[in-house]
Amino acid sequence: MNLKIKIRATSIAAICLVGLSCPVLADEFDNADLERWQMEYMAVVEEGEKLFHGGLGNPNTVSCDQCHPNAANTHPETYPKFQQQLGRVVALWEMINWCLQNPLETEMLAADDPKLIALQAYITEERKGVELEPGKH
Amino acid sequence: MSRTSRRELLRHGGALLAASSLPLSVVEVAYGQGSEQNFTFAYISDSHITQVKGNEFVRNWDRGLIRAVAETNLLDPKPDFIFYGGDIAQLGKPAEIDHGLEILAGLSGDVHYVMGEHDYYVDLGDYWRKQLGPDHYSFDHKGVHFVVLNSILTHEAWMHQKWETGMQRMKQMARLDNPSGQPFMVGEAQRNWLRKDLRKVKKETPIVVLSHSPLQKIYKGWNFWTDDAEQVQALLQPFGKVTVLYGHVHQIQTNQIGNISFHAAMATAWPWPYPATYRQQNSYLPKLTVEMNRADPFFERDATGWQFIDMHSGRTDVSYLLPDNANRVVAFDESVGHPVDQTDYAEAGRKSPLQHY
Ligand SMILES: [Fe+2]
Ligand SMILES: [Fe+2]
Repeated sequence: MNLKIKIRATSIAAICLVGLSCPVLADEFDNADLERWQMEYMAVVEEGEKLFHGGLGNPNTVSCDQCHPNAANTHPETYPKFQQQLGRVVALWEMINWCLQNPLETEMLAADDPKLIALQAYITEERKGVELEPGKH
Repeated sequence: MSRTSRRELLRHGGALLAASSLPLSVVEVAYGQGSEQNFTFAYISDSHITQVKGNEFVRNWDRGLIRAVAETNLLDPKPDFIFYGGDIAQLGKPAEIDHGLEILAGLSGDVHYVMGEHDYYVDLGDYWRKQLGPDHYSFDHKGVHFVVLNSILTHEAWMHQKWETGMQRMKQMARLDNPSGQPFMVGEAQRNWLRKDLRKVKKETPIVVLSHSPLQKIYKGWNFWTDDAEQVQALLQPFGKVTVLYGHVHQIQTNQIGNISFHAAMATAWPWPYPATYRQQNSYLPKLTVEMNRADPFFERDATGWQFIDMHSGRTDVSYLLPDNANRVVAFDESVGHPVDQTDYAEAGRKSPLQHY
């Protein structure tokens, strides 16, 4: 991605040098870019969908979808919220880690672990269109 | 004893039972003077016993079934028998079915079994039938005709296509939200059997039908659904008093269609969300349902449960024993002609743990 942006910036600079009108640089993306970004996102959603349905490799084999078909009752739209059982405000990824440690009886994941990001992408995609209600119980 | 005070006793007794785990009298049997005898039976469902490896099984699911068995044994008076509503196993493995049956062997009383899809699709029910006998049958008890159906069959062509292994087919069916999932059905052969079976039953005889999937259509995406539900219902409608009890949905559901009352069983393993909480699809949860409390996963047994059924005058009152929640009684109300949740939450007055979204 970085490489492509650099090349484009260079070519735009070249156009400016020969005296043609200069486009606005900051908003320089087109439909092809949008499609590519959506594809990148959906690839991670699909990865998350696999992890959610038994792809985590946890020894006890319990999977997220056993309690949450189509990620229902995960409520990404309500986080961050006060999680009364933990006594503090938490983000969704912390609750995913709670599930990994308890029903799935396995190790928690680092906040920036691509697997944890993929799980959040899938969960949020399934809840698409629902109004944001941070803090809701 | 009046009906109301008996219900008070049921509710109160159930709560005490869960809290103290001490045996006590929960049902006054000497009730009513109808021609039918009154009796109770217990109803346990959906344990999803899961083998990790060897003789190691998922602890949480084991615990649910062990507790249900223990509490059922404490019921006093003793239920006449126990129904098991299906999904003993998670992947239908003989080791899982055996482990589940070993725990269920602790029940004092006869158990009648219903086939679940998790018991069936690895070997099309061979091991289950070897251990437990036929998957559809009927019997009479104290003037009530009981029928058990295997409602989790699907299209023959799909079942018998060339699978690499039976486990591959099982895993397709085990995934509730499988986008290429197949609809459940009773099928023509069993419907013909049922038609014949009912020929010998008088129209005023109360009938109780047990199936794993709901014999009504609620949400196809998760198979809260039986494809030929209407055809089965049509065979049952000529009878005055019919109750259908089903598992699979892992949640409280209540309905009345014509003469047929419907009640779902809680699971001993884990609860499932109500289909309406999945916003991308429409579902048809019966209006009579007062939804179970939203689960608190931090309590391992929360939103799981087991039931005992009080049969009187051919009607069924279902008592839900709910660990970590107030117990529920859903009883047939003759004045309105359908089952009514005795906790009687008015729509507006429902407390927030009942609001699913
Ligand atoms: Fe089940
Ligand atoms: Fe099931």
